[in-house]
Amino acid sequence: MTETALPASPPKPSAAARAGTFLRLFARNRMAAFGGGLLALILLVALAAPILPLQDPFAQDTTQRFLRPFSEGHWLGTDHLGRDLLSRLIWGTQLSLLVGVSATLLAALAGSTLGVVAGFLGGRIDNVIMRSVDTVMAFPYILLALAIVAALGPGLVNALIAVAVVNIPFFARNIRGVTVTLANKEFVDAARLSGMGDTRIIASEIVPNILPVIVIAMSTTVGWMILETAGLSFLGLGSQPPVPDLGSMLGEGRNALISHPHTSIIPGLMIFAIVIGVNLLGDGIRDALDPRLRSGALTRPLPATLVDRAETPAIAAKPDALLSLEDLRVEFRLGRRTLKAVNGVSLDIAPGECLGLIGESGSGKSVTALSVMGLVASPPGVIAGGALRFQGRDLLAMKPGELRRLRGDKVAYIFQDPLATLHPLYRIGEQIAEAIRVHHPVPQAEAMARAVALLKQVRIPNAKSRAGNYPHELSGGMRQRVGIAMALANEPELIIADEPTTALDVTVQAQILKLLEDLRRERGLAILFITHDFGVVAQLCDRVAVMYAGEIVESGPAQAILDAPAHPYTRRLIACVPELGGGRRTLAAIPGLPPGADDLPQGCAFAPRCDKAQAACRAGRVALTGQEPGRGVRCLFPETAEDRTETA
Amino acid sequence: MTAALKIEDLGKTFGGGRGLFDRQRPAVQAVADATLSVARGETLGVVGESGCGKSTFARMLVGLLPPTTGRIEIEGENLGAQAGRDPAAFGRVIQYVFQDPISSLNPRKTVEQIIEAPLKHLHAMPREARRKRIAEIFDAVNLRPEFLSRYPHEFSGGQAQRIGIARALAASPRILLLDEPVSALDVSVQAQVLNLLAHLKAEFDLTYLFISHDLAVVEAVSDRVAVMYFGRIVELGRAEEIFQAPRHPYTALLARSAPVVGRPLGAGEDGSGELPNPLDPPQGCAFAMRCPKATELCRTTRPDMQELTPGHATACHHPL
Amino acid sequence: MNSYILKRLLSAVPVLLGITLVVFLIMSLIPGDPATAILGSYATAENVERLNRQLGLDRSLPEQYVIWLTNMLQGDFGRSFSLNRPVLDEVLDRFGATLILAGVSLVLCSIFGVVAGVISAARQYGLADKAITFAVLIGISIPSFFLGMMMILLFAIQLRWLPVSGMYSIYGGGDLPDLLRHLAMPALALSVVATGVIARLSRSAMLEVLRQDFVRTARAKGVPERRVIWRHALKAAMVSIIPVIGVQAGFVLSGAVYIEMVFQWPGVGRMLVEAILRRDLLLVQGGVVIVAACYVLFNLIVDVAQSLLDPRVKT
Ligand SMILES: Nc1ncnc2c1ncn2[C@@H]1O[C@H](COP(=O)(O)OP(=O)(O)OP(=O)(O)O)[C@@H](O)[C@H]1O
Ligand code: SF4
Ligand code: SF4
Ligand SMILES: [Mg+2]
Repeated sequence: MTETALPASPPKPSAAARAGTFLRLFARNRMAAFGGGLLALILLVALAAPILPLQDPFAQDTTQRFLRPFSEGHWLGTDHLGRDLLSRLIWGTQLSLLVGVSATLLAALAGSTLGVVAGFLGGRIDNVIMRSVDTVMAFPYILLALAIVAALGPGLVNALIAVAVVNIPFFARNIRGVTVTLANKEFVDAARLSGMGDTRIIASEIVPNILPVIVIAMSTTVGWMILETAGLSFLGLGSQPPVPDLGSMLGEGRNALISHPHTSIIPGLMIFAIVIGVNLLGDGIRDALDPRLRSGALTRPLPATLVDRAETPAIAAKPDALLSLEDLRVEFRLGRRTLKAVNGVSLDIAPGECLGLIGESGSGKSVTALSVMGLVASPPGVIAGGALRFQGRDLLAMKPGELRRLRGDKVAYIFQDPLATLHPLYRIGEQIAEAIRVHHPVPQAEAMARAVALLKQVRIPNAKSRAGNYPHELSGGMRQRVGIAMALANEPELIIADEPTTALDVTVQAQILKLLEDLRRERGLAILFITHDFGVVAQLCDRVAVMYAGEIVESGPAQAILDAPAHPYTRRLIACVPELGGGRRTLAAIPGLPPGADDLPQGCAFAPRCDKAQAACRAGRVALTGQEPGRGVRCLFPETAEDRTETA
Repeated sequence: MTAALKIEDLGKTFGGGRGLFDRQRPAVQAVADATLSVARGETLGVVGESGCGKSTFARMLVGLLPPTTGRIEIEGENLGAQAGRDPAAFGRVIQYVFQDPISSLNPRKTVEQIIEAPLKHLHAMPREARRKRIAEIFDAVNLRPEFLSRYPHEFSGGQAQRIGIARALAASPRILLLDEPVSALDVSVQAQVLNLLAHLKAEFDLTYLFISHDLAVVEAVSDRVAVMYFGRIVELGRAEEIFQAPRHPYTALLARSAPVVGRPLGAGEDGSGELPNPLDPPQGCAFAMRCPKATELCRTTRPDMQELTPGHATACHHPL
Repeated sequence: MNSYILKRLLSAVPVLLGITLVVFLIMSLIPGDPATAILGSYATAENVERLNRQLGLDRSLPEQYVIWLTNMLQGDFGRSFSLNRPVLDEVLDRFGATLILAGVSLVLCSIFGVVAGVISAARQYGLADKAITFAVLIGISIPSFFLGMMMILLFAIQLRWLPVSGMYSIYGGGDLPDLLRHLAMPALALSVVATGVIARLSRSAMLEVLRQDFVRTARAKGVPERRVIWRHALKAAMVSIIPVIGVQAGFVLSGAVYIEMVFQWPGVGRMLVEAILRRDLLLVQGGVVIVAACYVLFNLIVDVAQSLLDPRVKT
């Protein structure tokens, strides 16, 4: 065994803490709390109906018909038969809630069962169930309910059944979808291989994972179901006189709408209050249970990253740099947590130069690259300090319009996943032509001709007919060529390529790298090339900068760094990576994990994993210093020739 | 010595059959004619690009997917009849380690419940014995006992992969099938897991099938390597030979394409590098449209695997 | 493309059959002797006998179904006993009114819903977003029949801007402006809930899409923000909005039942409710089948629209 146990993972939330998060999220949503409160109050009063000092809801008194609210003895007045409205309202609320909730439970139980069975077993059973569900869904909602009530006869129980039946497909479909996703998850395969049978897998692997979905679905439908049962009663098909529920009260009130509006307004407002309470509460539950909402991910990024820097650094004249980053700091502000993704990165790229930015996942490479043109998702991203200059102009001080005119014109991007980065619903030719037309007012036909020419330049065969294809009709390598063609559309000075070959197969990767290299030589393009692969850096880049925990720990000419890494992290990272042709061997590993972006050590970020770490390393920030011209290393005890031979 | 694993003519075709209006449904042959045997204690690497059938192949071997043709023999026992029907029969002898460490763990179970499952359901082990065994395995994969009561989302990728390995080991299998076990991990963590795997192999006397798209990783861990292209094994040979002196043009292309420090760009191929359409597979060699050595024979007749030198076989009419 | 439409058309056939089967099965739930139940107070021994023969009620269920289906295919949906006219005639007479009401509402809710959703998403957490979200919450929580009644009180009784109910004025009406004046309140009341639902969904669909990589690509190309939102993002979001509009069409048709009752609109919904209360079951049966069939056809159109928008659907 070459390594010791991993250090404990940073304290992450336990089950109790997770419950705490749920409650906090829930309470933070004040609207949900309001809805919950309102609903609780209504529920309490409705449940207390038997013990409240209410009048008999059925007692008629024809001398007291249509009393207005606040009449003596009848706070809310009386109806057309002189019955006390307050008493009927509270009893009616109880009945409406009972019916609505029962219908929901019934529909949820039946629908979820069907959904789980269909989704898990698949095949013919799935087919039969889902066909039936589709057929029921092919009816406009209430029509089916009407048919059921017509057959069974008007009445509250029949209305309940009708509303429940009509809602079964909603649950069945939803739950089936989730079940299918779960059933294809690897942990279900793992459970199979652990010897579990179908029933056991459903009970212990599937159901616990769909319960939150069922709860969410119920919370979003219960309001509907209360409305629908009230609606059937309103039509006279549900609760039959003299038994009051909110719908039938409203229906009776309608006959006197013009002369005595209070008999309609009172039950109507109660339905409204219940449903709004349910909806607010349901939204709160959904927000708290849905993991995507929990991480605050459902925010849309603004057109440009927010800038919030304390001071604007003075412009240093760097005439030979095309792009320079100076002490760039980028943070993600997530509620109370702040992730420091980029912590003072300085870089210069000369015209025509290819700079490789290398580092492990999460080291801040993409964030650095995206901040150049303000493309870091914001919120939550914020550029918290430093300066960005392109051809001497301060990018962070630019107005949105100015920045937009640079994007895709002077500075173009190529992204990692070529399927996700192209618009799925536009033809690729149109997408390239658009890149031209947003910067140059040329006619559509001319732009399309340019697009085809560009496709040819990136060596797409049959460029003309390919231009009419949608992205999903192309292979991964072809799509990435389209991405490159789009980046080249306006003859940019600088291309920022964020792992453009990571999602591709090796043989395709080799072709794309070759293409980039050729284009760069032909056009004198400057490239900022992001990768985690030393082999790629060696083949493509003039200079390289190594990132760790949001900082550049080493920079210099690519070959020099690969030959003689000066930072312990660089040296050991190179040693970790097996290289083809090395034969069978044990690999050198770096124990431990990179630090979390919300939990950076005070001194050298690599200290917890570095075997040369000393007290001085942990004391304070280590500066990037140059030993040799053009090289920089952020280490107090850089590697010596001796250290390097040790591993070789 | 009996082989740990022996497969013959293993194949899987998806789709097919007749549709509603009696039309032939399109069929896709994901894996075809796979024949190989793995010796006890050996590590066989399987490489190939995305979509070449690696995962289908793997899922058949562990009994999660019934093969359309061929037979699977593990430790001399024919398991063909149970394939796809009784994963538990496979589970006792062969286990799977998944690519995505997080999604292979049920988020609503504790680590202990996850690791305990194979002991309970495959070996009907009583409670006390289970606890002891879990402690042993946990120690072997370098995880600390207090992790047992935690939930999967509390772990990093590397730790989660160790948990996945621990679960596989709990079944006391003879063979571990590792499907891209380190692709989702960072390079510095990759090496940790690979070293752990090497150590476990010796300790538990295991046989490995190691599937990956990363040639260098495969070369570093394997005794022999099988190269797959378009659903077929096209070359099989010793790890130190296969990339150094490939005999199949596709293996050669793979080896040339891998970025290596000190080698200039552009050693790859020209042309588009497209795969054939799986709905309309070529009659002859699937690589013919990309192969610089392709002849008329290649386009009309599919080459069979043939042994060129002892222990090195390839499916090519004109081996290099 | 054409083959897709053809395939989709063919696939509607089993759904239509399924619908008739479901209705048939529901009607077979009627307790007691069906002929007596259908005829109700018209049930003389002779009438019962005739109906039994006509509908094959003395045969087995499958046979009854086939007879019923064959009759329907020949345009014979039976006779309404309470109105004493063929079911088909009555339904067709009423259907136009419902189509006008539901169609106008659907157009209103689609336009307002989508626009509100897009603005809301683009200005997430801004004032416009908060106002829209609040309005949507009210909209989806208020029962349409109650809203209709309140509108009558306000606009017809208090302000006297619009007529209380009906489709045309009894005296001197019948032209388009008259129709529109009658239509305004019911169409608005009917569209409120659906507008809310569509707005909500459009907002979340837009938020989802705006976070996608291809939006970042559009921005990286330098596409102006307005175009990013209304072209790139909205087009992609429509893929999930259109099916919801299809579903909302069903809800609008359903809601029409209440609204027709409240506003005395002479549509199919009101006809159905009245038929149920009179236990005129053949009229209910025929009405449900015809309306449901139209809804299936509408959904077919929605699907085709979807496939025109999204090239990935065709395969
Ligand atoms: N939208 C976001 N919200 C919150 N945190 C983010 C967001 N994007 C990135 N981060 C955080 O910023 C840090 C740096 O991420 P970045 O994407 O730049 O890494 P990277 O080096 O590009 O990694 P990879 O190799 O995986 O692409 C990480 O800790 C990540 O969690
Ligand atoms: S500064 Fe110290 S801890 Fe950091 S890398 Fe250098 S030697 Fe290691
Ligand atoms: S069989 Fe022919 S086409 Fe196929 S790899 Fe060999 S030489 Fe190339
Ligand atoms: Mg990245």
